[in-house]
Amino acid sequence: MADQSMSEPNRRDFLLLATGAAGAVAGASVVWPLISQMLPDASTIAAGAPVEVDLGPIGEGKAITLKWRGKPIFVRHRTKAEIEASRADDAKITIDPEADAHRVKAFGGKSQDQWIVVYGNCTHLGCVPTGFAGDFGGWYCPCHGSHYDNAGRIRKGPAPKNLFVPEYAFLSATKIKIG
Amino acid sequence: MAEHHSSYVPNTGIERWLDARLPIVRLMHDSAVSYPVPRNLNYWWTFGGILMFMLVAQIVTGIVLVMHYTPHVDFAFSSVEHIMRDVNYGWLMRYAHANGASMFFVAVYIHIARGLYYGSYKAPREVLWILGVVIFLLMMATAFMGYVLPWGQMSFWGATVITNLFSAIPVVGDPIVTWLWGGYSVDNPTLNRFFSLHYLLPFMIFGVVILHVWALHHVGQNNPSGVEVKDYAKDTVPFTPFATVKDIFAMVCFMILFAWFVFYQPNFLGHADNYIPADPLKTPAHIVPEWYFLPFYGILRAIPDKLGGVLAMFASIAVLAFLPWLDTSRVKSGRYRPIFRLAFWTLVIVTILLGYTGSQPTDKVVLSLGGVTKLDMVGFAQILTVIYFAYFLIALPLLGLFEKPQAVPASIADSVLGEAKAHG
Amino acid sequence: MNIASRSLMAALAVAGLAFIGTPAFAAGGVEHPPAQKWTFSGPFGTYDRAQLQRGFKVYKEVCAACHSLEKIAFRNLSQAGGPSFTDGQVKTLAAEYKVKDGPNESGDMFERPGRPSDRFPSPFANPEAAKAANNGAVPPDFSVIAKARTYERGFPMWAIDIVTQYQEQGVDYITGILTGYEEAPKGVTVEPGLNYNKYFPGNKIAMANPLVALFDDAGKASDPGFYTDGTPVTREQVARDVSAFLMWAAEPKLEERKQIGAKVMLWLILLAGMLYILKKRIWSRLDGAH
Repeated sequence: MADQSMSEPNRRDFLLLATGAAGAVAGASVVWPLISQMLPDASTIAAGAPVEVDLGPIGEGKAITLKWRGKPIFVRHRTKAEIEASRADDAKITIDPEADAHRVKAFGGKSQDQWIVVYGNCTHLGCVPTGFAGDFGGWYCPCHGSHYDNAGRIRKGPAPKNLFVPEYAFLSATKIKIG
Repeated sequence: MAEHHSSYVPNTGIERWLDARLPIVRLMHDSAVSYPVPRNLNYWWTFGGILMFMLVAQIVTGIVLVMHYTPHVDFAFSSVEHIMRDVNYGWLMRYAHANGASMFFVAVYIHIARGLYYGSYKAPREVLWILGVVIFLLMMATAFMGYVLPWGQMSFWGATVITNLFSAIPVVGDPIVTWLWGGYSVDNPTLNRFFSLHYLLPFMIFGVVILHVWALHHVGQNNPSGVEVKDYAKDTVPFTPFATVKDIFAMVCFMILFAWFVFYQPNFLGHADNYIPADPLKTPAHIVPEWYFLPFYGILRAIPDKLGGVLAMFASIAVLAFLPWLDTSRVKSGRYRPIFRLAFWTLVIVTILLGYTGSQPTDKVVLSLGGVTKLDMVGFAQILTVIYFAYFLIALPLLGLFEKPQAVPASIADSVLGEAKAHG
Repeated sequence: MNIASRSLMAALAVAGLAFIGTPAFAAGGVEHPPAQKWTFSGPFGTYDRAQLQRGFKVYKEVCAACHSLEKIAFRNLSQAGGPSFTDGQVKTLAAEYKVKDGPNESGDMFERPGRPSDRFPSPFANPEAAKAANNGAVPPDFSVIAKARTYERGFPMWAIDIVTQYQEQGVDYITGILTGYEEAPKGVTVEPGLNYNKYFPGNKIAMANPLVALFDDAGKASDPGFYTDGTPVTREQVARDVSAFLMWAAEPKLEERKQIGAKVMLWLILLAGMLYILKKRIWSRLDGAH
């Protein structure tokens, strides 16, 4: 092949490096749009805006399931007896210790401990537990047998955490805003 | 260049271990580093690399778009708008894909023209050339089906017109069209199958491209002088760094053109009518295919007979496959064939003009002599169609017999040194 | 230049002459709408926020009675590169609209106030209803209308447009239509239900002059305080403002696109320059190189 000896190796090496770096920057900036297009798009983010839930129709001892951001959210209206039973067990929680009082919110200086609002996905692998079931009268996940109590605390089974409490706040005594 | 032996030397133990089991590094080294290329290649030879880049760019942006697109007549148009408005950088992906198709064709037409001018289709490159024609056909099919996916007015009516071409086939034409549609008209089943095939075909193109490159590396590249490599030391340079740096430079220049359209003129090469959702009850006043199909569309409309028009259109592409045998000249490069050069540039102009006729209303008057003799677009296209075919079927076979070529240099090295001397 | 590129230039020149040599395509009395000055044209163009806000007011109070805007969500009005309404304004605006939702627990559809994530509700329940209410012509959706309308540029203008980046045929056309209503010339009969417009293909348009809502016959604004930002309320101004708004509706990412484009261009040119020098250096190692 034709003569390949280099006349000015250093200057060319620098140029080669600089060009390579410029090309690498260009390549990297092409990668970002390709990655970020898989993040939630603007319509998904907008559809996931906070929602208001009217608690009025949910009678004592009843629960509803609503869908927010594609996930079930359980809103449960506990009876006095259920609240007391749950409080009495505060010391027996071993898997993810949390007091019953920490699972509820307050409004107007008064604890709204009759209301339990939790994400309806088992903290094990995401199945939806059945309500008013299991050994502790809370929820029971049929997938792998996790038992939750009526405050959504994990009591028995493979789940490592209590049912997650979404960000929410009371707007009035009968209205909450989730998100 | 079968006689060119591998120069790969594995340096480390791992490289030797891998080389004994799967010599993939050797393959890459031999085909992209030490592969000898004629030293006199000009910039027209960089379009192969540019095409490879465009194919990859189309596949990447296409895969991204599929993540957000919905192939259903009720949602296709809206999902494209969703991509344009809501998806992060969705507008960039979609404009890059739509304009990328056009850029792909810009590059492929230059690549084909280069092959025609320098006689790259001649022995021993016939198979290489025919594989290229196959890629071209697959590209056209892919581009056509892709244009249907946004489900705008041009998508719908383009699909209707092009699928109806098959109804020209005697006896089985109509059943074939029904089969293509999966219904009684272009509808949801048609959209779904076009989507499926639009995703499949690029990978088939990729496969044929591998064969195309394999054939190329086996016979070696043609070059502007058309003289085959005689002495590797004098006539060739290693692919890396010489061809690599030149190809990448050309690629970046091409990207500037590409970016110009994507960022500044994203809808220039498209049609406004395709921003109107498909309406099976209303045809746009003026149906034209994308610019890259226009010359062939011009030939289709030039023939007043339905079957004849379709045959002429397909023949205008099929004739390319027979080029290696239609051109009888013993000299490869147009550089040394004065009359061939004239014929070649006539073909280029005629093809551009055919594209012009394809873009215009058929009854538009091109030329009017004394208000009596009129030439409309169809008549004009007929003249151009005759010249188009005459290039392949009359000029190329006869020129080889009657043309007196200029002196061809003895070797590639001679041609380079001769030019260097002439330039002082 | 080598032979090939010289010949290519010659071929393009000849082909170009052939185009110029053909008489221009002119259909009847249709005029090309005049090109307007737009802030969003050119490589560094940006939308005029105040103009978009005025244009939205015109759309909302004049066009929206018949023309839907179904691809646009209320939230889009406050996003970057748009009319830049505040989130609060958008929330209030959205709540003015009634949006169909449901079904509820009893299985019924119901109406509720709009939220920013909702898209603009259509004025008609379906295309058939739109047709029935409008003399058989469906008023087109306005989401991408500024990209869905154009006029023939002809040679050599379209080639020049590649360099000048002129691509505002759609908005120019809309402005043209809104200002193009006039008395039909003598000898032209306009059938009932149609109106004469000098920029509409075929000159006869089903839509009556929509700006009569804002102007009297003499062109005087019926409500001079229609714009709250002090902009004079004239036919041309209103036409331009709503056109600009529709351009934004059709191409909401225009500013982002052009801004990224400038960076990409700069970087590619830099890269090309470096590669060119590198290529020269590498090839200079060969004897007899050119």
